[in-house]
Amino acid sequence: MSEQTMLGGQQVIGVKRIEGPILVVEGAANVGYDEVVDILDPRGKIRRGRVLEVGEQFAVIQIFAGSTGLSIDGTRVRFLGSTLKMPVAEEMLGRVFDGLGRPIDGGPEPLTDRYADVNGQPINPTARVYPRDYIQTGISAIDGMNTLLRGQKLPIFSGAGMPHDQIAAQIVRQATLGGPAGGTPTESEQFAIVFAAMGVKHDVADYFRKSFTESGALTRVAMFLNLADDPPVERLVTPRAALTLAEYLAYERQMHVLVILTDMTNYCEALRQISNVRGEVPSRKGYPGYLYSDLASLYERTGRIRTSEGSITQIPILTMPNDDITHPVPDLTGYITEGQITLGRDLDHQGIYPPIAVLPSLSRLMKDGIGGPKMVMHSESVGSQSRLMDHGTGKDRTRADHPHLSAQLYAAYAHCQDVRALASVIGEEELGDVDQKYLKLGRGFEREFINQGLVENRTIEQTLNIGWRLLSRLPKEELTRVSLDEIQQFYQSDHAVD
Amino acid sequence: MSEQVGKVTWISGPVIKARGSRHVSMLELVEVGDEHLVGEVIGLDGDMITAQVYEETSGMRPGAPVFGTGLPLSVELGPGLLKSIFDGVQRPLPVIEKQTGSFISRGVSISPLDRTAKWNFLPKAKVGDQVSGGTILGVLPETQAIEHRVMVPPDMDGQLTWIAPIGQYTLDEVIAKFKTGKEERELTMLQRWPVRSPRPYKERLDQSIPLITGQRVLDTFFPVAKGGAAGIPGPFGSGKTVTQHSIAKWADAQVIVYIGCGERGNEMTEVLQEFPELIDPVSGKPLMERTVLIANTSNMPVAAREASIYTGITIAEYYRDMGYHVALMADSTSRWAEALREVSGRLEEMPAEEGYPAYLAGRLAEFYERAGNVTTQNDRNGSVTIVGAVSPPGGDFSEPVTQHTKRYIRCFWALDKSLASARHFPSINWLDSYSEYIENVADWWRENSGMDWYQMRNHAMEILSEEDRLSQIVKLVGPDALPSEERLVLETARLIREGFLQQNAMDAVDAFSTVQKQIRMLDLILHFHERGLKVVKRGAPIAVIHDLPVVDTLIRMKTTVPNEQLEKLDDIRKAIDEQMDKLDTEYR
Repeated sequence: MSEQTMLGGQQVIGVKRIEGPILVVEGAANVGYDEVVDILDPRGKIRRGRVLEVGEQFAVIQIFAGSTGLSIDGTRVRFLGSTLKMPVAEEMLGRVFDGLGRPIDGGPEPLTDRYADVNGQPINPTARVYPRDYIQTGISAIDGMNTLLRGQKLPIFSGAGMPHDQIAAQIVRQATLGGPAGGTPTESEQFAIVFAAMGVKHDVADYFRKSFTESGALTRVAMFLNLADDPPVERLVTPRAALTLAEYLAYERQMHVLVILTDMTNYCEALRQISNVRGEVPSRKGYPGYLYSDLASLYERTGRIRTSEGSITQIPILTMPNDDITHPVPDLTGYITEGQITLGRDLDHQGIYPPIAVLPSLSRLMKDGIGGPKMVMHSESVGSQSRLMDHGTGKDRTRADHPHLSAQLYAAYAHCQDVRALASVIGEEELGDVDQKYLKLGRGFEREFINQGLVENRTIEQTLNIGWRLLSRLPKEELTRVSLDEIQQFYQSDHAVD
Repeated sequence: MSEQVGKVTWISGPVIKARGSRHVSMLELVEVGDEHLVGEVIGLDGDMITAQVYEETSGMRPGAPVFGTGLPLSVELGPGLLKSIFDGVQRPLPVIEKQTGSFISRGVSISPLDRTAKWNFLPKAKVGDQVSGGTILGVLPETQAIEHRVMVPPDMDGQLTWIAPIGQYTLDEVIAKFKTGKEERELTMLQRWPVRSPRPYKERLDQSIPLITGQRVLDTFFPVAKGGAAGIPGPFGSGKTVTQHSIAKWADAQVIVYIGCGERGNEMTEVLQEFPELIDPVSGKPLMERTVLIANTSNMPVAAREASIYTGITIAEYYRDMGYHVALMADSTSRWAEALREVSGRLEEMPAEEGYPAYLAGRLAEFYERAGNVTTQNDRNGSVTIVGAVSPPGGDFSEPVTQHTKRYIRCFWALDKSLASARHFPSINWLDSYSEYIENVADWWRENSGMDWYQMRNHAMEILSEEDRLSQIVKLVGPDALPSEERLVLETARLIREGFLQQNAMDAVDAFSTVQKQIRMLDLILHFHERGLKVVKRGAPIAVIHDLPVVDTLIRMKTTVPNEQLEKLDDIRKAIDEQMDKLDTEYR
């Protein structure tokens, strides 16, 4: 990053201690907290690092590329006098960068004089616009049951070996800003995808690249790659670099940006490693006590603000170690993000794609983006000011019966799980008539509603109709979450007979 | 006001050390660096000062100056608090937005309350009056809903020598003068109070009036008293925030202080957009007119998150001192505890459980004990009710924050992930929750509902716990093995769960239930049970009761009967009787 090289800065020799990716230097005066450093190894190569702690005569430095090959005497450290910044420009779309945001596709440095601090700044809650526009992903389990909104952060909780990458790629391919049900979805305006890989295998990065290429989106994608064999500490910067670009595109270039971060578990492990080496007091499973705040500093860089038409929608992917949702990484993530899409191992085993376990999944913002058209609160006068006001009033909603329908499907499917547990004890034949119908509904729900093809793109209308078709297999009296009018309108009596 | 007291020697995240004056005192407010970042002294050792900084410290260097202010971290109290939104150290977020744009940059110094606004002051005290802490000098309409009572600060007394005539004044203008001994002092409508000290009151009173929240599971089954403390623990996605929002919207407190402590930015935005449009059923005015918001979201500086709880409770106590009933929501106290842990970790203190400092329990106790129903210094009755959300890691209630919290609250609303997964909201588990205020508020309920609430509630609870026992058996042998009377218990329990406990916060009719609606709904369900019991005792199979059309009516009455049309419930009662009478004759 040329800016920092130009700044120069003081150079120090006295390395005192090297331990893992941590370097302690003595004799450096006037060093800033969080300042960026260049480390010259004995062979004259430069590595980048960052100040973690600073005293009057010493500084603790984190080396992104690790300390292999560094010696006490042969290493020199140059303090660059500023925090970590990176160039941001629209031209960065279509390019590939390393985990620190440096180009690795053979192309030139982005030509810009706009540099942004990778740590960003917190969005003022009063400057936010509450997300209300839903995104149609074409996946029923998401659109129907866990609707994604523009400006939402909705992670995928997965496990090793499950098709989270395919789901993320499918979302990227199919996502359109949903119109009212039945209408043609509006072509999305200026959109961009920022993809950050942290410690994932080369194959995963290639899979995404191929998928972007096939859908013709590659020129709209900026990729930040820190792969499994890249230095782990670099991973701490990768999502920040990606989000810094995303913020620039969304809030200064008015684009709708979809950010994919994969895999957050690797990121957290890098954080734990640094914390360990520094001898910090661990909290759960050895992760540092500030894991929540640290994750929040990433996830909260999502949303919409009043001064821009653009938005950032985040889909972080994380693999739950041993499929344990109470593990600190998914646990703290779930406390910060606005819901989660949880994948289920048993559905995956049954060959259901996408294996989205609907019951432990949730979209917190869904309630504000679905349903029938809502009254627009703000006066609709002509002019740019009012246009700014009414993005976010949820004009483009789904269908009026959607909230009740999804609540009913949830309740029915949850009851079906109880019935299944009962059936496993007393046998299916012993179940009452109604419970038999619940079993049938559960099976249908998994095979017809959740299950769909890798390239199948369902409209919201289709999704909701499948839902009603399934509910029609239950007697009307069981449907207490939907209104009588809705039953009148959508319940298909012929199904109730079979 | 501030003079340099030292120089920074060490920086690690939000914690800095500085060498300098020995006259700096503990918990004194300091300003760090050339940008004057606000911080607070948390440790002193010889000439070494340790401070936590409420803003991002990136780029700060050793040698940076530290300025002392001589004052502890304080909040400004006066008209203009209501309808405002502040960060954790009481900086007004809308003003910050105007100054620095959509993102919060650091080193912004803004006074919390608007100095240019003029307030219509109406004097209530006369020259010559003996005044002391809490004496009301005058009143002014702060919002449409709340009259602001301008009080003498708690620790002052004397004889009033001058009071401003009726008129418009700003916060900086003197509105009264009084004499203590020979010294004459001037008062404005503004006072400051250190956030970490509770404001004084005359005496503590019993907590015998429930805080009516409009949430049936809370009011009817697990009530919290005005001046009490309640905790809502629950894993993510179990509906803590929705429950907190519902209470903030519908509780019959006069003033609401809502603290978003280390939570999502969008949630605060939601409150900001929703509250001005929602109407308070008690005052008939927009909800925002009685609300103060403190927002220190998860990505804002962690030390300010620690302070946000104190900022909020001090504001709550200030309105209590005027004689108002205040409800304070803290979402979430776990994030506050984590901020405590983070700062403690940076200080390399010896950790107790799960890395939390050993003083965690003490800090929680100090906070929850600031709740109370009191006689104020000016002999009015005011209260602060605290509702604290707890976010236990992995939903495990045995973790330190939940466990310590349980020791200082008397009302425990346990949220349940499996209920939330089945979309049973509010997902408050009726078997794990408890309230110790039930006996205290029983008299109030009897007087205000005209029915024996205590007995009805306990009866309903019996049915629910009986259901739990029976469902264990059903899991093993199926429902058919149970006798009809027990199957009726399952049926009634379902009515209670789906028809009463479940409440849809998004539904216009269902979001809020009056006391009358709650008790009459419960009465109907219990009536159904009683009549049903007679029928099954005569040998009727459970299916005939299950298939009664009134069952569906009972489950839907929460949404079909608005609070203003409770006479519709009489029709339902009639329907129960008619349909049961018919069964009575059939199974004679």
